[in-house]
Amino acid sequence: MIALDEDRIMLRDSAREFLTDKSPVSELRRLRDTRDQDGFSRDLWRGMKDMGWTGILIDEANGGSDFGHVGMALVCEEMGRTLAASPFLSTAVMAATALRRSGSEEQKKKWLPAISEAKAIIALAVDEGRKHNPEATALKAEMSGNAFRLNGDKSFVVDGHVADQIIVAARTEGDPGKKEGISLFLIDSKSPGISIERVIGVDSRNNARIKFENVHAAGTDALGEVGKGYQLLENTLNAGRAGIAAEMLGVAGESFDRTVAYLKERKQFGKFIGEFQALQHRAAHIFGELELLRSLVLSACVALDKNPDTAGLSVSAAKFKAAEVVKLAVSEAVQMFGGMGMTDEIDIGLFMKRARATQEFLGDAGFHADRFALAQKF
Amino acid sequence: MSLDTFRQETREWLAQNCPPGMRKPSRGEPDICWGGRNWKFESEDQKIWLERMAARGWTVPMWPKEYGGGGLSREEEKILREEMRAIGARSPLESFGIWMLGPALLQFGNEAQKKEHLPKIARGEIRWCQGYSEPGAGSDLASLQTKAEDKGDYFLVNGQKIWTSYADKADWIFCLVRTDPAAPKHSGISFVLFDMTTPGVSTKPILLISGKSPFCETFFDDVKVPKENLVGNLNEGWTIAKYLLTHERASIGAGGSLAGLRSLPAAAIKAVGRDQNGRLADAFIRNDVIRAEIDGYALLATVERYKAEAKAGQGVGSKSAILKYAGTELNKRRYETFMTIAGSDGLEWESERSEDGTLAREWLRTKANSIEGGTSEVMLGIVAKQILKLPGA
Repeated sequence: MIALDEDRIMLRDSAREFLTDKSPVSELRRLRDTRDQDGFSRDLWRGMKDMGWTGILIDEANGGSDFGHVGMALVCEEMGRTLAASPFLSTAVMAATALRRSGSEEQKKKWLPAISEAKAIIALAVDEGRKHNPEATALKAEMSGNAFRLNGDKSFVVDGHVADQIIVAARTEGDPGKKEGISLFLIDSKSPGISIERVIGVDSRNNARIKFENVHAAGTDALGEVGKGYQLLENTLNAGRAGIAAEMLGVAGESFDRTVAYLKERKQFGKFIGEFQALQHRAAHIFGELELLRSLVLSACVALDKNPDTAGLSVSAAKFKAAEVVKLAVSEAVQMFGGMGMTDEIDIGLFMKRARATQEFLGDAGFHADRFALAQKF
Repeated sequence: MSLDTFRQETREWLAQNCPPGMRKPSRGEPDICWGGRNWKFESEDQKIWLERMAARGWTVPMWPKEYGGGGLSREEEKILREEMRAIGARSPLESFGIWMLGPALLQFGNEAQKKEHLPKIARGEIRWCQGYSEPGAGSDLASLQTKAEDKGDYFLVNGQKIWTSYADKADWIFCLVRTDPAAPKHSGISFVLFDMTTPGVSTKPILLISGKSPFCETFFDDVKVPKENLVGNLNEGWTIAKYLLTHERASIGAGGSLAGLRSLPAAAIKAVGRDQNGRLADAFIRNDVIRAEIDGYALLATVERYKAEAKAGQGVGSKSAILKYAGTELNKRRYETFMTIAGSDGLEWESERSEDGTLAREWLRTKANSIEGGTSEVMLGIVAKQILKLPGA
């Protein structure tokens, strides 16, 4: 385990400053209330490029800043604190991970610099049902000659509505439920046969339901080895899971900080409500849970930096705990804010809505609990 | 020496020197070597193991060599622990001297006190107990009333302590006493050491729900304590007490994350088995086990993170209260799950099968974890006041 060194502390502080300034919670309200067509600000995305975040997991030769997963988590946490909307997780974390690890030379040369330069948005299409379950991938990719024909449906494709390219998990052989036979393809979102339905979520963030009807994919569009994409998919997802867990730490941490501030300002019965032990102990308990979560997020990212192939256990521990803690923090926040917590005027509700979506994204607590246990053979 | 070399040499030394009997899984309490004047080694292996480790200073690996320690760096100590775990080596010695008094003396003791007491702790020659709580001073420890009157060349100590762990087996006591009854409660306390065989000291074991008596009532009736046994300054004992409580909380809390003693998944697999997909066959138990394992993992990671942060000069301070709170609550949960897993087997109290109800007695013992060393409520209060700065906390 590590303590943050000076460089990382600087990264965190500059992220906090940048996001508080450029993307405070009011920005999410603006996107929501104006029904912004992208659901995020392209100016902000370019600003993130200038900060070096779009290339945070990309090597310097491809224009990246290569801060690693610990750096990624620090940025994600701050994004959680201001509920900043951007394609960071889909593009800079997951697509960059998949391409860097298994892209062909041509794919790398074309897309990694494009991601670093904020010139491409790439979404990952995995889920097909109401629950995240990569092994259950059923979308079919049938080989015909040197090419493939894709048929099937994807859902909860984060940033799918604005993506230039889509990394799609498809089944080239075997039955849904099997790890073997899964392949990834990187295809243009404008390809004939792709229809994209934008979905606006409870958290005012956007994802897409995507239909693939006889979509053509060339052999060179495959990402990694055909039929053996599961480990690549896992590594890609694990980077995303660690990132979202870090964002959840930020969502939970910020709603907690706001709650503690409220406890010191709201008076009832002639006292600050923070003087009541019933609330003090609950607040102290949440603080402890946040500390435990912080350690798990950090240890997952240290593990990813060390060896992504063996980080699954740590990542699942972090995502599991993140789901539990964020739920606790935002529920208690609404309760302690009382009636005000139920109003749209106060931001706390926005944190609770984002918390709900992050719990589902890339596997809920039950999914990760199961993976954690299976990794330890129980 | 590079860390790799150190690891290699440590591995070789342990392979040659750790007796086979000390590589069997510890049954916990009955297998702990506490040391002391009257210690009876459970086996020749236990004796040899203590002697060999003490000779290298590895009973207290990070203490300075001049006081009987191993002089290891944090990284080296971690390697030693890892290598010991790798061969299942038991700890050669545990004691309140190692956990608590030693660190306090290193911080607050004078040279003569360090020279006198630390090597004996390191070699397991003197067993210490801790005289903190009193019948009227539990969570409100600073209201303690045991008094020490200045009689010129000695203090005259009168009063009573309670929950003194192993007072009936200890050789010496480190004790909080009131030296200025007129001062505000935190400012009239001193920290003294004395021999438990001093006339006027008596102990009486307390029978607990576990059927065991690890704690005593300890009585002081005109006990003469030499002046040189005052640690730190007169009336400044609360500073040492707070330092020690922090230590104690960290170690009680860490107990909840110790993988060493009993493994929940292993117990569960043995009792209920796995289904065809490799999952524990009992979904309800599996759920509890997963939660406990992840929280144990989180606690361990937090202990490590705080260590790294402290080393990097990023203050940890009152956050150790979190470790105590989370660790003890986790340990209680773990033992509830152990008992569920064991079912009616776990209820056996006097059979050989159950080794006289070892599990049940451990389960009952854990209930004290969230009381001793500051209750969970006291810990939450510390967080509310010192970290969250909530009003009136």
